[in-house]
Amino acid sequence: MMVSMASASPGPGARGSAAPAGSSPDLGELLRLCARGDESAFSRLYDTVSGRIYGLILRVVRDPAQSEEVAQEALLDIWRTSARFDPAQGSAVSWMLTIAHRKAVDRVRSAQAATDREDVYGSRNQERAFDETSETVERRLEARRVRNAMDTLTETQRGAVELAYFGGYTHTEVASLLDIPLGTAKTRIRDGLIRLRDTLGVQS
Amino acid sequence: MSADIHNLVGAYAVDAVDDAERAAFELHLADCAECRAEVASLRAAAEDLSLLAETAPPASLKQSVMAGIATIRPEPPVTRPTAAEPERAPATISEPAPKGPATDATVVRLSSWRRKPATWLAAAAAAIAIAAGGLVWSPWSGPDQPMSPTQQVVAAEDAQRFEKTVDGARATIVRSPSLGKAVLIADNMPSAPAGKDFQLWLQRPDGSMVSAGLMPHGRSDTVTVMLEGDAATATGAGITLEPAGGSPQPTSSPMALFAFT
Repeated sequence: MMVSMASASPGPGARGSAAPAGSSPDLGELLRLCARGDESAFSRLYDTVSGRIYGLILRVVRDPAQSEEVAQEALLDIWRTSARFDPAQGSAVSWMLTIAHRKAVDRVRSAQAATDREDVYGSRNQERAFDETSETVERRLEARRVRNAMDTLTETQRGAVELAYFGGYTHTEVASLLDIPLGTAKTRIRDGLIRLRDTLGVQS
Repeated sequence: MSADIHNLVGAYAVDAVDDAERAAFELHLADCAECRAEVASLRAAAEDLSLLAETAPPASLKQSVMAGIATIRPEPPVTRPTAAEPERAPATISEPAPKGPATDATVVRLSSWRRKPATWLAAAAAAIAIAAGGLVWSPWSGPDQPMSPTQQVVAAEDAQRFEKTVDGARATIVRSPSLGKAVLIADNMPSAPAGKDFQLWLQRPDGSMVSAGLMPHGRSDTVTVMLEGDAATATGAGITLEPAGGSPQPTSSPMALFAFT
């Protein structure tokens, strides 16, 4: 498990494991402080998670200027709604990334026609994409662990999961892009995520 | 719930669903602890993927965000209606009831929505917060007068009541399987914003949402609307805010969902 999730209360989505570094602040506690209007707590929160949030949004949205806008919206939403974080439902980082991902997906879908998104087939070479981004990944070991876990997926599962999560496509669009039946895309996304979850779980 | 909608859990966890599917699946989620747990675990797994995308943001982001939060008041915690409001009548059970007899009313507690920062929620909450709480039943006409179609539904022997509380305001759907009809009763429902309509939906057994008509305009204290369509086979109902005239499919997250369980 990555550092930032380790301190959250275990919820349905949290897999307890030792954090590789003890310096990471308790994000759940920081969110509670944010809910009371503590701006310095938000500043610490930002320093811990902004790379994850911005990087995820950038991967989905692709345009850096738009990504910065979306990241700003997501972070302001996190501040505004921090009281809604419920540790029983999952980790703090999971809650924040869910907000960020949804914002990114909303942006690309609302701007589908206008946005100059790279052709999906250009994004298929995920090895290349991973190599590029790994230059900026600080937690290299964890990134490698996740990459190894992705390698345990079948190629078809991996493709469907990547198009859905990083591509921001609906399962219907994924089915069309991969030229597979509708139900098959749904199943591949789900099976791929289950495999990823279980692999990461046993490794953590 | 059908196996078909259950299989949407992976796509839902990574936002790979359209608005109508999201609405339908959240209706299912409200009732399916197994799916809620799976969504949480799959989200956690998917979010590990973001480690592969981690990128330092430009310094300008922190400046603009820190400047932004200084002007934004964090919202108060969402309080559970049951904590704030005493139980009312036996006809309206406010806890998500485990599968009870069909005549039990079940409130769909949409806590997962409330945690989302979706702007529709703020708008809907603001709109509904001004409505007084409590459901006022219309004074039905006397026994000598024939009952209207909506009165027949409410008075039907097999009438089921499903109540939804949104920030102190209440909406109730009364469904009669034998009549195949459902009625929405909303108390002090605010008017839809200019250019918008509140649209009603029935959920088919396959999870799809079918329009059940629009809420009438006007500001009467109690709005009673017959839902169009077959309420006997529907598995739930919902209300969304749509562009004026309504939409073929929901285009926004629902303000309220009712599971007919």
